Amino acid sequence: MPDPAINATNVVKWFGEGEARTQALRGVSVDAYFGEMLYIVGPSGSGKTTLLSVLSGILRPDSGTVSVEGSNIWTLGSDKLADFRLHKIGFVFQDFHLFPRLTTAENVAIPLILKRRAWSEAVAEATKYLEIVGLKNRAELPPVKLSGGEQQRVAIARAIAGQPDILIMDEPTASLDGDTGQAIVGFVKHNVLNEKRCILIVTHDDRISEFATRILKMEDGVLTGTVKGGPA
Amino acid sequence: MRGIHKLAYKLLVNDKAKFTALLVGITFAVFLIIQMTAMFAGMMKRASATVINLGASIWIMDPAVQTVAQTIGLPDYVLDAVRSMQGVSYAVPVYSGGALVKLANGTYQSVTVIGLDDTSLFGRPQLIQGKIEDIYGENAFIVVKDPEFPKLGNPHVGTEFQVNDHRGVIVGIAQVASSGLFGVPTLYTTYKRALQYLPNPRFTTAYVLVEPKSAGDVIRIKQQVEALGYLALTKDEFIDRISHFYIYQTGMGTNLLIMTVMSFIVGLSISGQTFYTFVLENLDKFGALKAIGAKGRELILMILFQASFTALTGYGLGIGLCVLLITLARLRLPDYAALITYWNLGLAFVMVVIIAAISSYFGVRRVLRIEAFDIFRG
Repeated sequence: MPDPAINATNVVKWFGEGEARTQALRGVSVDAYFGEMLYIVGPSGSGKTTLLSVLSGILRPDSGTVSVEGSNIWTLGSDKLADFRLHKIGFVFQDFHLFPRLTTAENVAIPLILKRRAWSEAVAEATKYLEIVGLKNRAELPPVKLSGGEQQRVAIARAIAGQPDILIMDEPTASLDGDTGQAIVGFVKHNVLNEKRCILIVTHDDRISEFATRILKMEDGVLTGTVKGGPA
Repeated sequence: MRGIHKLAYKLLVNDKAKFTALLVGITFAVFLIIQMTAMFAGMMKRASATVINLGASIWIMDPAVQTVAQTIGLPDYVLDAVRSMQGVSYAVPVYSGGALVKLANGTYQSVTVIGLDDTSLFGRPQLIQGKIEDIYGENAFIVVKDPEFPKLGNPHVGTEFQVNDHRGVIVGIAQVASSGLFGVPTLYTTYKRALQYLPNPRFTTAYVLVEPKSAGDVIRIKQQVEALGYLALTKDEFIDRISHFYIYQTGMGTNLLIMTVMSFIVGLSISGQTFYTFVLENLDKFGALKAIGAKGRELILMILFQASFTALTGYGLGIGLCVLLITLARLRLPDYAALITYWNLGLAFVMVVIIAAISSYFGVRRVLRIEAFDIFRG
């Protein structure tokens, strides 16, 4: 068994205070490997997004450890954690969160700009990633001029522009019709996933399950089993 | 421009509606602040016109004098005493008073008459027509060509008029650094003629003008004059005393302060609210940047850059607008008293910095509080 890209052990997360206090994660342990496209599925409120946020260095757990490539990320300070996300993680948000006032190429260039690359150099390099997702001819357009599927592909281009080891996708097909959703996830599997990259996807969408290497089911803050692939 | 600055710049200026509203707010505030203070500075310069134009280093006066126009005659012995003081290079009397001039067409016009020391003509204006020696001629007066000049019927060399039933004749036309505050023309003549032509109280010397032997003698002269029971002020001190009078004893200062504060509040309200709305509308974008890997201080830098860029652009536009208005006003009203000084530019700059700081403070607070996790949750 290779070393895991991500190793989470007994992760616990609470939200709220007093009577409103609820436990979102109840001692979750999970490994994710390079070359793997791991889905986490489950009903709304089961803790999928919370788990994804804890694994990606966005949300601090109340207890438990999360190691990425062998390093416990939650021992890092806020600046180091930001650097970790910038260099190791690529995010595709459910609502894309593209910047409507920037061109498509400038949107894709954001991780490079945060890595202190010069603006023109970053935008030029971003065009290469737009070419990978088939949108080079849309580089100068603002995202609002693109279709939902195209916007999703721009979000993917932005996520991979920083050459992350781990790609996090939150409900990637939620805003897309069935065919487009399948095409997008299929595209990711065939063009973005490789031996040195791990892709974590949170989804409700059964129609894209064919692309998963492994599918874990989550309910009430615990991983309840493996739907597809090896054991959790 | 660093990438993060350019990102902030593009997010700001590409939102044209918000950026325009921000600029309008700051430009308007700067315009009002500079316009108000420029008018005040212009009036203050006019109020000190005689001090500026005569150009003496030290002015000796009665301690009750508050403005240059409010003269209190000095006994003759003051001039003699000052001339004998240590450190005095020379001292001359000057007459300053008001008179009514009867023009050739029979109308009357108020004027300010400056009587220069007959021997030295110290404080004489620069002539653009005529010769200064002609001031010694019979009934001779020199008229200042300033915005009030037409009130004397645009006189020329040789124009005659009456002063207090005495014949007067223009022998020269002069220009001075500053025209007066009260909208009346200025005539120069000799000290003796001023005394002969104009009704006078017992003491006739308005001021004694002094040139010290060296800058180091100024303090010594002031002490000796004070011992005599009078007041000696340098040119700058006298100008400050005049400004102080108008600011604190006429209500002009209070009105200026109220207008400046109102301008500041208007600018702060428009710009602060618009900038805060701009940050709120982009909160999810800042959250996304935070999730992607932007550090807190980079987000703060972006907001400060946006606020500073807007503030400085608005500052420049406000100054430009004010200069344009003053220039246009002077085309129609040559007498328009407004003067943009480093002081009012500095004041407006400080106000703009405060507006930018307060606007960005609330924006920064919101951005620092947003959790990247909120972006995931939608």
